[in-house]
Amino acid sequence: MSGFSYHRRGRQVIATFSGFEADLLRSLASQLVELLHNEAALPQTSVDPLEAMFDFSGPTTEPDDPVLARLFPTAYRDDEEAAGEFRRFTESALRDGKAKAASTIIDTLEEAGLPPELAEDGLVIDVELDPATAETWMRSFTDIRLALATRLGIEDDDEGYWEALSEDDPHGQVYRIYQWVGYLQETLVESLSRAA
Amino acid sequence: MSAPSPVELDEPVADDVAIPATPWITIVWNDPVNLMSYVTYVFQKYFGYEKKKAEKLMMEVHNDGRSAVSSGTREEMERDVQAMHEYGLWATLERQE
Repeated sequence: MSGFSYHRRGRQVIATFSGFEADLLRSLASQLVELLHNEAALPQTSVDPLEAMFDFSGPTTEPDDPVLARLFPTAYRDDEEAAGEFRRFTESALRDGKAKAASTIIDTLEEAGLPPELAEDGLVIDVELDPATAETWMRSFTDIRLALATRLGIEDDDEGYWEALSEDDPHGQVYRIYQWVGYLQETLVESLSRAA
Repeated sequence: MSAPSPVELDEPVADDVAIPATPWITIVWNDPVNLMSYVTYVFQKYFGYEKKKAEKLMMEVHNDGRSAVSSGTREEMERDVQAMHEYGLWATLERQE
């Protein structure tokens, strides 16, 4: 496990993943895409394509799912009506952007040689990202970490609790994945700061 | 601000007492997830702040729980809040007190 690094000569942000790690990242990104597309609060899509073009309505109330509520926070704390309007005009675009970013991770990994079903041992996936794509990965890692943290119920300064969980505890396993994605994100931030 | 009054011709031209529209601010709130380095990076990249200023704002978020990271018109602040949500930061806007 070595994270991302910036190669000045090729102006690329690179990382090497095992097949298992690449498969795990793809799975996390896929779950995020699914969540972003599956919520009932999504705006109604009309059948008529012309009508659809004039349909700017989006959801106006906070999503029920706590992960989505964190990804799309209420923008006005003391003004429900303004908050609803803001949500109506921004949430659909934000959802699409986040789903697209997660799909970029999946596409990049598959183009780098990750097969649809991971079968062989010893597979190595080399990823090379231009700075713009690396930033897309970095943003999506935030969404993935927010999703994992919300599901786990992570709070400030509770590392001790999570780290004490045993290897067999499913929450402990998810926490280690969360930590790993955080480590990858940290190395992406470092790489992109060098690229700037 | 007042409504236009068509009969008061003597009213001075008010260019030196122009009252600016009440400014709005974008607030970024602390959360237990986002990395300090990432938050600093976002403030530099999106707002174009120097590293020193970006770090100061990030530390305010971290220590005080919130920081006003930009100010301007309501429309501008809505754009900033949307951008912060794109980056996964927890942001709101409000009228400056």
